[in-house]
Amino acid sequence: MKRIYVKEEWCLGCHLCEYNCAFANSGMTDMVKALRGKTIYPRIQVEQDENGVTYAVSCRHCKDPVCVKSCIAGALSKKDGVIEIDHDKCVGCQTCVLVCPYGAVVEDGSGAAQKCELCLKNSCGAPACVKGCPNGAIVYEERGEAE
Amino acid sequence: MKRYVIIGNGVAAAGCIEGIRSADAEGSITVISAENHPVYCRPLISYYLEKKTDLQRMNYRTESFYADHGVTVLYGKTAEQIDAEARQITLNTGESLPYDALCCCTGSSPFVPPMTGLDTVEKKFSFITIDDTLALEQAVTPDSRVLIIGAGLIGLKCAEGLHGRVQSITVCDLAPRVLSSILDDKCAAMMQKHLEANGISFVLGTSAKEFKGNSAVMQNGETVDFDVLVLAVGVRANTALVKNAGGEAGRGITVDVACRTSLPDVYAAGDCTEYHDISSDSVKVMALMPNAYMQGHTAGVNMAGGEAVFSNAIPMNSIGFFGLHCHTAGSQPEGCEMIEEADDTHIRRLFVKDDRLTGFMLIGHMHRTGIYTALIRNQTPLSSVDFARLRIGPQLAAMGAAYRDKVLKGAV
Amino acid sequence: MNFYPEFEVVRNDDRCIRCRVCERQCANEVHWYDEDGKVMLSDESKCVNCQRCVTLCPTRALKIVKSDCRLRENANYSDQTIKEIYRQAETGGVLLSSMGNPNPLPVYWDRILINASQVTNPPIDPLREPMETRVFLGKKPDRITRNPDGSLDTKLAPQLTLSMPVMFSAMSYGSISYNAHASLARAAAALGICYNTGEGGLHEDFYQYGKNTIVQVASGRFGVHKDYLEAGAAIEIKMGQGAKPGIGGHLPGTKAVGDVAKTRMIPEGSDAISPAPHHDIYSIEDLRQLVYSLKEATEYRLPVIVKVAAVHNIAAIASGIARSGADIIAIDGFRGGTGAAPTRIRDNVGIPIELALAAVDKRLRDEGIRNNVSIVCGGSVRSAADVVKAIALGADACYIATAACLAMGCHLCRSCHTGKCNWGIATQRPDLVRRLNPDIGSQRLINLMDAWRHEIKELMGGMGINSIEALRGNRLMLRGVGLTEKELEILGISHAGE
Repeated sequence: MKRIYVKEEWCLGCHLCEYNCAFANSGMTDMVKALRGKTIYPRIQVEQDENGVTYAVSCRHCKDPVCVKSCIAGALSKKDGVIEIDHDKCVGCQTCVLVCPYGAVVEDGSGAAQKCELCLKNSCGAPACVKGCPNGAIVYEERGEAE
Repeated sequence: MKRYVIIGNGVAAAGCIEGIRSADAEGSITVISAENHPVYCRPLISYYLEKKTDLQRMNYRTESFYADHGVTVLYGKTAEQIDAEARQITLNTGESLPYDALCCCTGSSPFVPPMTGLDTVEKKFSFITIDDTLALEQAVTPDSRVLIIGAGLIGLKCAEGLHGRVQSITVCDLAPRVLSSILDDKCAAMMQKHLEANGISFVLGTSAKEFKGNSAVMQNGETVDFDVLVLAVGVRANTALVKNAGGEAGRGITVDVACRTSLPDVYAAGDCTEYHDISSDSVKVMALMPNAYMQGHTAGVNMAGGEAVFSNAIPMNSIGFFGLHCHTAGSQPEGCEMIEEADDTHIRRLFVKDDRLTGFMLIGHMHRTGIYTALIRNQTPLSSVDFARLRIGPQLAAMGAAYRDKVLKGAV
Repeated sequence: MNFYPEFEVVRNDDRCIRCRVCERQCANEVHWYDEDGKVMLSDESKCVNCQRCVTLCPTRALKIVKSDCRLRENANYSDQTIKEIYRQAETGGVLLSSMGNPNPLPVYWDRILINASQVTNPPIDPLREPMETRVFLGKKPDRITRNPDGSLDTKLAPQLTLSMPVMFSAMSYGSISYNAHASLARAAAALGICYNTGEGGLHEDFYQYGKNTIVQVASGRFGVHKDYLEAGAAIEIKMGQGAKPGIGGHLPGTKAVGDVAKTRMIPEGSDAISPAPHHDIYSIEDLRQLVYSLKEATEYRLPVIVKVAAVHNIAAIASGIARSGADIIAIDGFRGGTGAAPTRIRDNVGIPIELALAAVDKRLRDEGIRNNVSIVCGGSVRSAADVVKAIALGADACYIATAACLAMGCHLCRSCHTGKCNWGIATQRPDLVRRLNPDIGSQRLINLMDAWRHEIKELMGGMGINSIEALRGNRLMLRGVGLTEKELEILGISHAGE
C-alpha cells in the first residue's frame, strides 16, 4: 500500500507541507482565504533534531493501529490500509492523541481529532504535502519495512 | 465449528468479536447483552448530554457489525452462572448455553456506599449506561439544581454534560480534590478552578451523611439543597460470575497477558478484570476503554487458537472539561523524580524513575502526547533518548535517527 | 555611504498568510516575522533578488522589483558606475562579481538567422526519419590509409563520444556544491554526454560516472593524481576562462572545508590559489610537453582538451594548440560565467565567442589542420538555436554551464561569490546545499537536454540536414542581420537577403 515517507536528507524545514496540508483540508479553493489570519492545524508536523536535520511526521497508517483500538467513539477505522477518522462520530476526547506513538493524531482546532488521510477524502486526490514539497523530501510510494 | 460465547456487549466484547474473526471466520459467536443496545462506549453518555453526539452516532460500530461478523446477540438477557466443567452457562431465562471458549466482558457496576435516607430522594440516578442517561435527561429541567456525589471522571463528565441544561450543579466528594484517582493536588486544583469558572460548584473533603428528601446533609454539617441527585461515587468490577465458578479474582477477575482466567477456556476482558500495570509493576483494575478493547481483541485471538498478548498495559486517561484537556498516563512510583514545567494555564509533570518515564500529568499541553505514552509503554531507557528535548515537548527528534529511520522510512 | 537598496521587497499583505517560508528560505536574512505586529518585515538592503522567496511563497504574496530610486541620471556616469566608485573609495578593494558579463554588448547569436528548405530541397521530418545528433570529438585522419596487408587502417586517435553536441562545462567542486556535481554527473551519464570537474578534483563518490567525466588539470594542479586522470573520459588542460582571461583562481580558505579540501588535496582552511599562468607553460612547446605528459600518464587512451579564453589573438593561439598534440580545443567566450571574478576583468576582457569560433575554424581550415582537433565552444550558449548556429560556424560541440545552472534552479542573481546561494548550487553551507536534491536536479538537466536535442533535430530537419556532421562548418546555413561588413567577414556568413 502506498504511504507517505520522508527523505530527511532533502527536507528544508520550510514548513510548506504544513500549510499545503491545512489548505488541502480546508475545503476552500483559495489558500489566502483558507489560511490568512488563522492558526493552522496541519496533519503533518515538521520537526528538527539537534543536528538541524528536519523532517515531516504524519500518520504512518500502522499495521496495528493503537489509535483505532483506543477510540472511544469508534470514529477511527482502517479501510483498505488507510486509517480514517469519522468526524461526525468524533467527540473530541483526544484519547487517540494520547496513544499515537508518533504524535500523528492531532487536534483540529475545533476540539475534534484529525489525522492524515492521504488527501483521499479531499479534492486533492493525492497527498498535498508530497505534491507541494519543493525538494522531493516527502514521497508517496509503496515500501516494505525499513531495514 | 467452535462455539464462542461472550458475556457482555461493551467495547471489550466488540474487541473480542474482532479478535475471534481475525483468526476464525467460521465459529459461531453468541453475545449476551444485558442492555438493549448495540455496542456503544459508555464514556460517550456525557457527550450525549452535551449534544456532541446522539444515539445513532454513539454506536461503536456500524449497523451491520454483528451481521458482518456472524454474531448472534441475545439482547436483554444476563448470564447467571458459569459451569466451567460442563462448559456451559445458564441464563436468567433458565436456558443453558454451551461454549467451547468463553469471554467475560461483564464490566463494572456503580458502587453506592450506604447513606442514610437515600430512599427519601425521589430523583436519583447513576451515570453509567445509556438508560441512566436517558432517565437523567428526562428528569432535569432548566430549573433543576443538581447534586453530584463524586468528583471523579464520571461525576465531572456528568457535570459537564448537564452544564447549560440545568440551573446549578454542585459536586461533592470525600476526597479533598477533584479527579483524585488520576491527578495530584496541583493539577486537580487547576482543573477545579477551570470547572468553577464554568459555573460548577464544589463541596470537597466531605460527603453526604444523610438525605432528607431534596436536601443533603454533609458530614461537615453543611446542607445542600437539590432537585436531582447523581450518584457517581465509583464502580466495582463485576467478578461474581467467574468467582462463583471457582475462578480467581481480586478486585477484578484475575487474567494473564493472554487474558485467560484461571478457569479452562474462560477468558475475561475489560473493566471486570485486574491485570498487570507495567508502569508501577503491580496488578490493578484499570477500567479504561483502550485497554478494554485491546484485552478483548487479545482474548478473541487466543480463543480462536491464535496467539496474542497484551503485555504493556498502563493506566491512561484523556479527559477534558469546557475546553481544558488533561492527559495522564502511567504511575508515580515511590521515589520517582518529578520534572515540572507550569504556568497559569498549563502543567507538564513528568515522573521518572530508574531511567524510565513512569508517568505524566499534562494539562493544556496535549499536542502529540502519545510520544510520551509510548515511552512509558515501551519502557524506553531515557539514557537512550534526548530527554532534555522531551522535557520541552513530545517529539520524535528526541528518539534518535535510527528510530526515526525505522518509523518514517518504512512501513510500521 | 548608505544607498537606497537595489531591490524592493513588495509584499501583498492581503495575500500573506505568515507561513514564514520566505524567512526560513532566505540565507541573506531579508525577511523576518514580527511577533508584536503579527506581520512579516524585511530588510531590503540584504536582498540579492534570487527569487527564492518569490518562488516558494505559496500564496504569491511576494515580488522583488528593481528599485527605481536612482542617483541623478547621467549616461556617462551610470548609477552603478558611481556606486562602484563609492564602494571602492570605502574599501580600497577590487570589485568582485559572479556569472557572466551582464553588459549590453552585442550578442552575435541573436544577429544570426538559420536557413530552412523550401521547394527546391526537401526538409526532413525528425519524427519520421532518423536524425543523427551523435558526435565524436578528437583528432580525425586526413585521409584513408591502408595497412601493409591492404586492409583499411581503422585505428583512430582516442575519441570522446557524445550523444548530442553539448557538454556541461567546468565548474569545480568547491565553486559549486556536492549536490550540483551529483546532478551534473548523473545527468551526463543518463544523457550519454560529459560534465567537467573543473579544478576541484573528483569527489570519490563520482568516480562511478568516469565515462561521462572530463577531468581538468589547471594551473594550481589541485586534485590531480594518477587515479583522477585515469578516471575520466578526457583530460582538459585549462589555460584560461572566458569570464576572467589572464587571471587565476582563488577559492577562499573558508570554502576549503571537509570534502572540498580533501578532493582538492589541500589542507583544510587553506586558500586554493590557482596562478594566472601555468608556471611550466610559456610556449606552445611547453604546452605540448604537458599534453604528452598527460597522454603518457594515461597510456594514450584519452583525448586531451586544451581550454583557452577567447582573446584577441585567438586564431593564432588555436593554431598553436592544434599543433601541440591536443585532440580538442575548447574556446570560452567573454560572456562565460564564473563563481567569482574581478568585475573589471569579467566585464572588459576577452572577445565574443561567435567571432572567436568563426576565426579559429577558418584559420585551422586555411592552415589545413582543422582535422587535427575538434572545437568546443562555450561562453553563453543559451539555447538549441545557439548550439545549431555554433555548429554551423564550425564547432564540433558546445559547453554549457550557466544554462545548466539555470536548469538546476539558479536564478542568475549573480551572487555566487557570497557563498550563500539560496538554490543550493554555489554554496558549501550544508543547509543550503541540501536545497538541491540531485534526483530533481539531474532530472531537470536531462529534461533540458532532451528538449534541446528535439529542437536541434527540428532545426536541422528544416534545413534538410540529418546529422551534426553535415551541419558542422556549414556557414551557408547562416545569415546575419544588422551586422557590418567586417563582422560578416569574420563570421564568414552572408547578410540576410544575400
